[in-house]
Amino acid sequence: MIQEVVRVPLAVGEDLVIQKRRIGSGGPRLCVVTGTHGDELEGQYVAWRLNRLLQDNLSHLHGTVDIYPALNPLGISTMTRGMPLCDLDMNRTFPGGRDGAMSELIAARLTEDITGADLCIDIHASNIFLREIPQVRINVNTADKLVPLTKYLNMNLLWIHAAATVLESTLAHSLNAAGTPTLVVEMGIGIRITRAFGEQLLTGILSLMAHLGMWDAPVAPIAPPIVSSDGAVSFVNANFPGMFFPAVEHGVRVEQGQKLGVIADPLTGGIRETLHSPAAGLLFTLREYPVVYEGSLIARVLGGSV
Amino acid sequence: MREEVLFTLDTPYRQPLAVKGWFFGTPGRKTLAVMGALRGNEIQQMYLCSQLIQHLCALEQAGGLSQDCGILVIPCANQFSMNVGRRFWAADNTDINRMFPGYDAGETTQRIAARIFAALQGYTYGVHVTSLYLPGSCLPHLRIMKTGYQTPETARAFGLPYIALREPHPYDTTTLNYNWQIWNTETFSLYTPATERIDAPAALQGVEAVLRFLQSRELCRCGVGPGEPSRIFAEETLCNVKPTAGGLLVHQVSLGSQVWRSQPLAEVLDPCSGAVRQTLRAPVDGRVFFVHEACLINGYDVALRILPDKAGESQAQQEQQEQQA
Repeated sequence: MIQEVVRVPLAVGEDLVIQKRRIGSGGPRLCVVTGTHGDELEGQYVAWRLNRLLQDNLSHLHGTVDIYPALNPLGISTMTRGMPLCDLDMNRTFPGGRDGAMSELIAARLTEDITGADLCIDIHASNIFLREIPQVRINVNTADKLVPLTKYLNMNLLWIHAAATVLESTLAHSLNAAGTPTLVVEMGIGIRITRAFGEQLLTGILSLMAHLGMWDAPVAPIAPPIVSSDGAVSFVNANFPGMFFPAVEHGVRVEQGQKLGVIADPLTGGIRETLHSPAAGLLFTLREYPVVYEGSLIARVLGGSV
Repeated sequence: MREEVLFTLDTPYRQPLAVKGWFFGTPGRKTLAVMGALRGNEIQQMYLCSQLIQHLCALEQAGGLSQDCGILVIPCANQFSMNVGRRFWAADNTDINRMFPGYDAGETTQRIAARIFAALQGYTYGVHVTSLYLPGSCLPHLRIMKTGYQTPETARAFGLPYIALREPHPYDTTTLNYNWQIWNTETFSLYTPATERIDAPAALQGVEAVLRFLQSRELCRCGVGPGEPSRIFAEETLCNVKPTAGGLLVHQVSLGSQVWRSQPLAEVLDPCSGAVRQTLRAPVDGRVFFVHEACLINGYDVALRILPDKAGESQAQQEQQEQQA
């Protein structure tokens, strides 16, 4: 059943409509949401696959799955990360408010609709600049409740990050604060779909559903994630502008001091900077978009002291 | 006056971003810092700072600045975006004013914010000439974040008609205003009606407000008048007027108008047939504090904000209006 979550009239002959697909009935209820950032499409594949798989195997489903493929339809339809009309990052507008502007009203209605679910999985896809291995990110303040769930999700990495006030405006924070456990998945890269990652997450979602008693069909084997705190993550940022040409593949183990790539100057043929790994470990983030400025994030390595 | 490049940031294929500051008064004294455009569309904010620089130059040459006074003005820190017509940092669309206090080993706009913040450190007073996130115009006012360090009574010395106190939202904690206050600078955000266009009278009002503030503290002698008595109000006092329909927005009152409850404020028209879809009426007696400037409006966008004449009236009226909607 397709349900309308929010409808807001746009100025000229069109409404902004946010929809969800409801499959099954009764509890428990799982919400799978994606498309908050219009340039992140990895979740589209997962939404599509999950939809088909569940509707073809309804006898194995015990509970309700709500799939929200596009929280930001205007962004997805225009390849815009934020909300096109106001240039706002939608994931900084939660929990929203009925008294506020349109964006806040939309955020409030979405929050209300998802709140009360037994679990929410919020799928993101990095951005157009960086490629990520499949990972779950949770705030340290919610670790006790959420870490036990993450081992079912079949992701490569669990990153338990520090709390930051600004992140209190995210959907995940708002839902967790309202008592709805919410896991944030990051994987792949913006404006692309990495099917292998999507299949990996799909297996994880089914495994988690089985754990919640929502799914009784056999599930492919899963692997638990590597667990990391902020202290174990090393960052590599550019110190010079230019074009980044990587010397390593994404998702591999690198050694301390290993060359990660160069920042080149195509005008002179020179090399402005050679970048090395600050630690031995898993290269879980690697820059994909070549144009860099001073400060541009090049890589993240899981290594050092945990 | 001393013009100085505060920092530069190299870019591929373009000139380095060179952020300049103009210093006045006694070297080493850190009395007042004024920050202008952090966003690429903040033309009015840059213009206001440029006019402030003109006035301070003249004052300094005439010996009108106190020996105790040291002033820094940074008119623009984002020509990189301004020159290509983009509002946010043109390379990755991030907002420098959501990156404070900055991080010098972080991403590009975090580094820019960190360098701006370093330049602004240690001043007794700070003014950020800035623009609204909502698209539209507002009456000239000062906004102060309620960080626990706010000093709204000090703000009266600017002589602007309104001082808005804002309860910070989580996303406000990365703005310049919030962090500057936390780092012991008495900070005021200065808003004028324009952003992407020059409103010279409003800019002059802002310039005079800054000079009046300095004069009130005997830091300059400029002969500027006493200004207006300020009304201090909590930002949540403002009453949002929002249509439930989208369409063409035709205002029937202008920014600053005194309006009465139930008075028609604007019409939302069907954009093709011209039929009136909705008439927006004033929910309270008050003054039009904000107007949505774009010709098109979506349902539930804020069309106007009314500052009620009577404090405390807004919330009840707003609830009533919503029930009716």
